[in-house]
Amino acid sequence: MKLTGAQALIKSLEHEAVEVMFGLPGGAILPVYDPLIDSSIRHILVRHEQGAGHMAEGYAHATGRPGVAMVTSGPAATNIVTPLCDAYMDSIPIVVITGQVPYANIGTDAFQECDTVGITMPVTKHNWLVTDAQDIPRIVREAFHVATTGRPGPVLVDVPKDIANQQMDWYWPDGVDMPGYKPTTKGHAKQIKDAARLMSQSRRPVIYAGGGILKARAAEVLRELVELTGFPVVTTLMARGSFPDDHELCLGMPGMHGNYTAVTSMQQADLLVALGSRFDDRVTGKVGAFAPEAKIIHVDIDPAELGKVRQPDVPIVGDCRQVIEELVKAVLADKAKHSGDDTQWPSLAEWQTRLRDWQRDFPLVYDQQPDGPLKPQFCVDQLRDHTPDDTIVVAGVGQHQMWTSQRWKFNHPYTFVNSGGLGTMGFAVPAAIGAKVGMPDRMVWAVDGDGCFQMTAQELVTASSERIPVKIAILNNAYLGMVRQWQELFYEERYSEVYLSPDLPDYVMWAEAMGCVGIRVDSPEEVEPAIDKANDIDDRPVVIDFRTDYREKVYPMVPAGHSNDEIILDPAHDTYGER
Amino acid sequence: MSNLGDIQHHIYSITVENKFGVLSRVAGLFARRGFNIVSLAVSPTEDERFSRMTIVVDAASAPLEQVTKQLHKLIPVIKVMELHPDDAVERELMLVTVKAESETRSQITELASIFEARIEDVGFESITIQAAGRPDKLDAMTDLLTPFGIVELQRTGRIALPKLSRRPQRLRAVKTRGV
Repeated sequence: MKLTGAQALIKSLEHEAVEVMFGLPGGAILPVYDPLIDSSIRHILVRHEQGAGHMAEGYAHATGRPGVAMVTSGPAATNIVTPLCDAYMDSIPIVVITGQVPYANIGTDAFQECDTVGITMPVTKHNWLVTDAQDIPRIVREAFHVATTGRPGPVLVDVPKDIANQQMDWYWPDGVDMPGYKPTTKGHAKQIKDAARLMSQSRRPVIYAGGGILKARAAEVLRELVELTGFPVVTTLMARGSFPDDHELCLGMPGMHGNYTAVTSMQQADLLVALGSRFDDRVTGKVGAFAPEAKIIHVDIDPAELGKVRQPDVPIVGDCRQVIEELVKAVLADKAKHSGDDTQWPSLAEWQTRLRDWQRDFPLVYDQQPDGPLKPQFCVDQLRDHTPDDTIVVAGVGQHQMWTSQRWKFNHPYTFVNSGGLGTMGFAVPAAIGAKVGMPDRMVWAVDGDGCFQMTAQELVTASSERIPVKIAILNNAYLGMVRQWQELFYEERYSEVYLSPDLPDYVMWAEAMGCVGIRVDSPEEVEPAIDKANDIDDRPVVIDFRTDYREKVYPMVPAGHSNDEIILDPAHDTYGER
Repeated sequence: MSNLGDIQHHIYSITVENKFGVLSRVAGLFARRGFNIVSLAVSPTEDERFSRMTIVVDAASAPLEQVTKQLHKLIPVIKVMELHPDDAVERELMLVTVKAESETRSQITELASIFEARIEDVGFESITIQAAGRPDKLDAMTDLLTPFGIVELQRTGRIALPKLSRRPQRLRAVKTRGV
C-alpha cells in the first residue's frame, strides 16, 4: 500500500494506540495535519506550543501512557523545548513530533527553520531527523519504545515537509532492533540477597521512595515490602502518592521543604533503601552531611544514577517493581533463615516510637484566625478535605507547590502531578488539562500560584473550547512568593522585582473571558462554599482566586547548600527552637 | 607544548553506529557534563555500519564510571571500552613545519631519521616532517625541534587498540551480535 510520509506517520501513531494528541499546526507540519482529519486520534488544539508539551506530560503522569504532542518547525519547536527538558528531568514519557523545513532547504536559514534535533539533543532521551519517508513507521516504533522503556523520557521526531509528502510503501515493524539500547530490568540476584542481608541488620532504616516507584507501577509491591519489614517510608516530591500518606509508616516528603520527621529520619538513619530516587540536591541538602551514618541500598533502572551523588553499599540496576518483588522474596527467605537470632531483623519499635514522637512534636503548623488574612495552607487543607479522595492534584512551582505537597493526603498513586526537577513555572494549567483528558472521570484540581498562572493561563481557552472541566485554585499572594521568601530570609528583605499585584490582572474577569467560571475568595469562611461550587461545575473550567496572606512562608526549610541538620522550623515552633 | 604523557588521562575506545549526528551526541555529552576532551579521533571500523571513536579525557575533570555510564545511555553507542595506557597500543600522527636554514637543515634531517620520521616537503627556509608513533615519542620529538623554531604543528589525536594477550588462550567460538 502506497502512503505519503504524513499518512504513514498518522497511521503509525494509531498503531501505537495513540488516542489523543496535543498540538498546533503550522507551515512545515501542514502535510501531517491533513490526514489527521480522517484519523481516530483526537487532537486538542492548544494556544501555545509549550502548553501542548505540558499537556502531554500531564497526560503521561496521570495515565502512565506516553503523551503525544505535534507542532510545526522553528518557533514552535523552540517553544516546546521547555516541556521536553521538564520531561527529561522528571523521566516523563512523551513523544514530540515537529515539522521541519524541506530536507533540501535544511541549513539555508529557510523560513521557520531551526536546528530542532540539535537544540533538543541534550533534553531528550533520543531524537530523530527523518530523511526518508520509508523510515517513518520504524522510527515511530523506536520512538515510543525508547520513551516508555528503561528510564522513561521524552523523545522527538523531526519530519521535514518534503519527506511528509514523499510516497512510501506501508509496513508496520514487528519490533525494534536497536543494538545500542538494551535497558536492564531484572536486578542482580546476589545484590538483592546482599540488600536483604543489610536490611536485616538495620535498626534505624528508612525507605527513600522516588519517582521511579510510580514509573515502574511499583506502589503495590512497595507497600508489601513496607508491611513485611516495618521500615518507614519517605516519599519524594516525585513519589508523593506512591505510598499512602494515611499509612502509619509514611513519613511524607523529605528535602528542602520536607517535614521535620522525614528530613531527620534520613539524617539519623543507619540504612537508606533508595528505590527509584536519585539523591537530588533538594533532598540531600549539603551532600557531604547527608545521612552521615547511613549505609545505602540504591535501586535504579538507570545505571548512571548509582554512585552519581552518593556511593551505594549495594547498587542494584533494575526496574523498581521487579527488584522490589525479588527483594520481598529475599527478605522472606532471610527472615526464615535467621528466625530466633535477635541480632537479625530486630524489632524496630524503638525507632518507630522515636519517629512518632517527632511527628507529634514537630507537626506542620500555621495559624488561621477566623477574621484574619486568608492563609494559603488553610485553602489547601480545605481543598483536600472537600474533594474526592482520588482527586488528581496538579501543582505549578513555588510556595503553593510545597504547601500542596506538604498538606495534601496522597493516598493513591498517580494523584500528584508536578514539575520537580526542572521547576517549570506555568506547568500546572496545561498539565492539569492533559491529566483530565487522560482521566476524564476523575476530578482534576490544579493548585497554582499567581505568578505561575500568568505564564500559561491562556490554555484555559483550550480547556473551555474542548470542554475539559479542570479546576484551578490560584493561591494569589500578589508576589513571586518563593523568591520573596528567599529575599526575606537571605537578602535582608530587599525585595527585588517580586511584586505582582493581587488585582492586575483581574483573575475573575480573565477566567470569565476565557470561558471559565471565575470565583474570588477573600476570607476564610468563603473558602468551603467556593470549593463546593467549583466541584459542582462539570461543563467548563473553574478558576478560584484565593486572596492569600503574602507574608506566609514555607516551613520547614533547609537553606540551599546547608546540611539537613540545620532545618529551620516555623517560628511558631519557637518553644522547641532551632535545632 | 604540553607533555601529553604526563597528564592523567583516560582513553576511551567507543564503538558507535556510523550515522550522522553521532559525533555531536558524544561530544555534546562530554561538554554538558563538564568532561574535558584532550583528543578525539573518529573513523569507520572494519564493519562500515560502525565507527570507532578514540577519545582521551582529562581524568581530573571526568570520573571514569560516570563517563562510561553516561556514554552507555546514548542510543547510538554500542560499546564503550576504557583502555589503560599500559594495556593499549597507542599511535598518533604529527605533521610539523620547522624553520630550517642551510646551517641547521642537516641537524633537523638527522633528528627526523632518529625518530623514523619522513621529510614531506622542503622549502627555502623551512621543512615539513611527518612523524608517527606513540604520543610520548611525538612529545619528545617536538621538544627537540622547538629550539629550531616550529612554524606550524598539527597532531591527529591518538588512536588506540587494546594490547593482545601474551598468554595462550583456549580458542572460543565468538558469536557476533546480530546487528
